[in-house]
Amino acid sequence: MKKVLSLVLALCLMLGVFAGCGKSSSGTEAVSKENFKIGLICLHDENSTYDNNFIQALKDAQKSLGLKDSQVLIKTNIPEDDQCYTAAAELAEAGCNIVFADSFGHQSYIIQAAKEFKDVQFCHATGTKAHTENLSNFHNAFAQIYNGRYLAGVAAGMKLNEMIENKKITADKAVIGYVGAFPYAEVISGLTSFYLGARSVCSSATMKVTYTGSWFDIALEREAALKLINNGCVLISQHADSEGAPKACESKDVPNVAYNISTISMGPNTALISSKINWTPYFELIVNSMLEGKAIPTDYCGTMKDGYVQLTELNEKVAAKGTKEKLAEVEEKLNSGEIKVFDTNSFTYQGKKLTTYTADVDDADDYKPETEAIENGVFAESSKRSAPYFDLKYIDGISE
Amino acid sequence: MNSKTEHIKEPLFHITKRDQMIWYKQWIIRTIAILAALVVSGIVIMVLTKYNPLKVYAEMFKGSFGSSRKTWILLQNLAMLLCISLAVTPAFKMKFWNLGAEGQVLVGGLASAACMFYFKDSLPNAVLILIMLVGSIAAGIIWGVIPALFKAKWNTNESLFTLMMNYIAIQLVSFFIMVWVPSGSSVMGVINQSSEAGWLPIVFDQKYFLNILIVALLTAAMFVYLKYSKQGYEISVVGESQNTARYIGIDVKKVIIRTMVISGGVCGLAGFLLVSGTNHTISKELAGGMGFTAIMVSWLAKFNPVLMVITSFLIVFLQRGAGEIATAFRLNESVADILTGIILFFIIGCEFFINYKINFKKHKEVK
Repeated sequence: MKKVLSLVLALCLMLGVFAGCGKSSSGTEAVSKENFKIGLICLHDENSTYDNNFIQALKDAQKSLGLKDSQVLIKTNIPEDDQCYTAAAELAEAGCNIVFADSFGHQSYIIQAAKEFKDVQFCHATGTKAHTENLSNFHNAFAQIYNGRYLAGVAAGMKLNEMIENKKITADKAVIGYVGAFPYAEVISGLTSFYLGARSVCSSATMKVTYTGSWFDIALEREAALKLINNGCVLISQHADSEGAPKACESKDVPNVAYNISTISMGPNTALISSKINWTPYFELIVNSMLEGKAIPTDYCGTMKDGYVQLTELNEKVAAKGTKEKLAEVEEKLNSGEIKVFDTNSFTYQGKKLTTYTADVDDADDYKPETEAIENGVFAESSKRSAPYFDLKYIDGISE
Repeated sequence: MNSKTEHIKEPLFHITKRDQMIWYKQWIIRTIAILAALVVSGIVIMVLTKYNPLKVYAEMFKGSFGSSRKTWILLQNLAMLLCISLAVTPAFKMKFWNLGAEGQVLVGGLASAACMFYFKDSLPNAVLILIMLVGSIAAGIIWGVIPALFKAKWNTNESLFTLMMNYIAIQLVSFFIMVWVPSGSSVMGVINQSSEAGWLPIVFDQKYFLNILIVALLTAAMFVYLKYSKQGYEISVVGESQNTARYIGIDVKKVIIRTMVISGGVCGLAGFLLVSGTNHTISKELAGGMGFTAIMVSWLAKFNPVLMVITSFLIVFLQRGAGEIATAFRLNESVADILTGIILFFIIGCEFFINYKINFKKHKEVK
């Protein structure tokens, strides 16, 4: 017993010594490349397609910027609670000039860290508060992923047309199944743009949505996909981060459109294409800003034209004839602005054209919409802040 | 005995139970086990990653003691794991397999979060915190005592019952988050971030100090309760043999229920500390698997609360180290989990050699 007590006492003493150490702070202004460090905080690890997309993008940016491994610190499996704050603080204390967090729920804790470490820049993907928070070292970023979803939808619609032509299904049976994580604006905006893309080529397409209540749950996502297939869906897409849905589709021989990574290896006979946000240019942007002593944009939304939104390799084995050419044509029109995804002429809500819609853009924790989002007949997605706010449940043709 | 037995081949070795081994010998065996584990882990590290194992161990150590912040995080994590371990201990000592600590912590945390969400800053902070504390403990008790009542009344299987209560708790938390967060993001975010209502105060400029202090006091209290109180004695008797307990006039049902009130209540307290003291939010991952890890902590320490300080230190040290080497060497955390597994395997395995003796064929017993 005495031994134990003395151990405990020793531990307490050690603690006292450590607690005496003070905080360190790093410099401001332009940072030299040798002294530069960036830290990435991920909700899960490489097994999640979502986190893997960030990890690979940062590694690519590291290569193109010529940074060493010791200058790029990656922390994985950081939950959306106090551990996110401590991870951010640890990275700041390890000398990181930029700390980047990848999950929406990290936001409050990153803001907490940003208030404490004023010399460190904190960037947060998918966040909503930077444009109202007035913190010079806290930034949000997203990309116009709805353009990518729309394009992927076009590929899906062409596949549906092929199935109708081959008499595999009748036109009224062109039902898309969509596995979403949560009924949240980011997901709703994504599934709506995907559906609009599909319907732009296959006018009889409809969509059924189901939610898993989790961003990453292999079993639930598989079950959700199987449920949709059993209920008559002939093509599946998803906004959840595991291999659950793609693999379920492969087992049932149902075409699948994925997100974040190419899933051709998981479903060689069913994976059609994926849309993804390419974070590499954003990482390059923020690192170069720091090296040149420039300010990082407060709320940045990357475009498809600049390479922030991409489609992965098209699986020719699965895709309908002429998909590649059609995608190139539509991509050009999206980039030029000839096609606008959320053009109110292309969809109806409860049988009527949408002429006005107030969205919750300011995220003041009141969950009250305050901003008119329809401008010149188009729902102005991601222009008032980078994170999506199209949360209309649902336009005609989509149901739960 | 006749000549026939002489022809039966004597086995190469046989195993017998040891008498209580003298304490320093026990610790020698444990030290050897840890060293052996480090050697085996070292080989695995070299084969899998080609890194120098000594460097990896040094980095692991840094994960816990590399800076004052890391040490505080270590102590905070240790305190929370220890708190939940303390909670499950009386139940396990009574051989009531409480696998529901996870859920009991969750409902405790949910009660605190609900108070923070609904009262906001309408009450003085001290009053609010008191209500949260009572609410959390009560919620934990309810979650713990339901399986105990069923066990005492109808002798239901408590392992399954407590386990299933976890899932109900998880769904309850999901439900309330959906109600509280209409945007559908399912992220509660920090509750009362500006008013800090319902947050445990920061003492001595250290956010985790109060958590650690409360758990330290609780450890001492649990030690005294189990070792010196009449109720603690009753728990061990019921654990050893319910028939014996009945024979000497212990009301077994009462002990089961009372013990689960304590177990659930302490879990509820852990939920309170996690919400009010640490995270200021609620999510399904509040307990983060600690409800199960706690069982290992408790068993490894043979239900001794003071020894549990060491076993939970060991586990948290390994976890923190695992995260650190994953970052430092760009390894997936699974590699670190393998190392943790090896080390725990040796530590648990060495208990076999402490409790049992291997007698080889021609071994002459010298006493």
